[in-house]
Amino acid sequence: MGINATMFVQMAVFAAFVWFTMKFVWPPITKAMEERQTRISEGLAAAERGTRELANAQGEKDAVLREAREQAANIVAQANARHAEIVEEAKSAAQAEADRIQAGAQAELEQQVAQAREALRAQVATLAVEGAGRVINKELDGNAHAALLDDLAAQL
Amino acid sequence: MATEAGAVSPAGYITHHLQHWTVGEGFWTVNVDTVLYSTVLGVFFLFFFRMAAKTATADVPGKLQNFVEILVDFVDNSVKESFHGKDKLIAPLALTIFVWVFLWNFMDLIPVDLLPRLATWVGSIFFGADPHHVYHRVVPSADMSATFGLSMSVFLLIFVYGFRGKGAIKFSKEFLFHPFDHFLFVPFNLVLNIVEYLAKPVSLSLRLFGNLYAGELVFILIALFTLQSTEVSALTVGLGIGQFVAGLAWALFHILVITLQAFVFMTLTIVYLSMAYEDH
Repeated sequence: MGINATMFVQMAVFAAFVWFTMKFVWPPITKAMEERQTRISEGLAAAERGTRELANAQGEKDAVLREAREQAANIVAQANARHAEIVEEAKSAAQAEADRIQAGAQAELEQQVAQAREALRAQVATLAVEGAGRVINKELDGNAHAALLDDLAAQL
Repeated sequence: MATEAGAVSPAGYITHHLQHWTVGEGFWTVNVDTVLYSTVLGVFFLFFFRMAAKTATADVPGKLQNFVEILVDFVDNSVKESFHGKDKLIAPLALTIFVWVFLWNFMDLIPVDLLPRLATWVGSIFFGADPHHVYHRVVPSADMSATFGLSMSVFLLIFVYGFRGKGAIKFSKEFLFHPFDHFLFVPFNLVLNIVEYLAKPVSLSLRLFGNLYAGELVFILIALFTLQSTEVSALTVGLGIGQFVAGLAWALFHILVITLQAFVFMTLTIVYLSMAYEDH
């Protein structure tokens, strides 16, 4: 027991070990640990940023969706209005056309009626004359046909 | 256990166990066993730590790296708690002290006779040594020279850090005018400070030495249970069981002691160095 020169040997060995630890052991390990630490904190920050961005995107999405919905509603309303307008226009155009056609038909009808009447009138006159001629040829009995002639004349 | 059953007296056994394998004379003796075991343990420690450091990655660490990182983190926290300057030496120093002293102390848990017997065998067969004169102590921290080797290194560093942290003038001033700031008290302060400074390495090394020497001695005493048993008898079996139980209990308790002593040595080293470095 007691202290002897072993102490100096131990001090030298100790110094060498400490030097080795300081040079070759401690720095790489602490460096790796610090690097991991920064990576983890960066990762956490990125995650937080991601969450925030997600919330922002969610809000944006909602806004865009709302706008789109409004636009769609507008378009539908406009389309509906336009549709009604077109139907109305078509209806009035059809009405006008119908009116026009009806008026044309009416005029033609009237014209034809007038023509027919004219033709009939001419034919009646001819028939009357012919009838009269035939009656005269056979027997002219003024008395007997007076009523007939009167009637005929009244009808014209 | 005994070399020649019955022929070994307990006193002889104990004294044989407490003899160092030495080279040299007087003060200039070197305890070869202490140097050998502490150096082998230190190389063992540095080999594994260097391996971990070489492959250290910021990605998912392996098992070895994890283990080393736990220790490094633990030591780093201890250093940061008391030492506030920027320094490259103190943390590796603390790590070396903690792991190295722990390994020294751990040698105490290896059965007391195992390595000395092995050494006796190797010494007598390969080197033709007299088996009775092969001395072998495997616990470096139970050698005062080893513990003083550490504490004296710390002692020198206390001055290095004192000069670096406070400057030579301020450090010397503190030596002369602290704790009583009056020139009449200078001699008194000087004596007080010398005692205070000397107490640091002495208490540091004696604490470690005392604990581990006592621990080793208790293991040797436990080994005495069956030392003189020559035949298988009820008594021998009973003593054997007693030895096993006592050895187990002491070893379990000692796990605590060896860790604690390594931790205490490291912590006090950090505290002493930061006290020297920083203003009070």
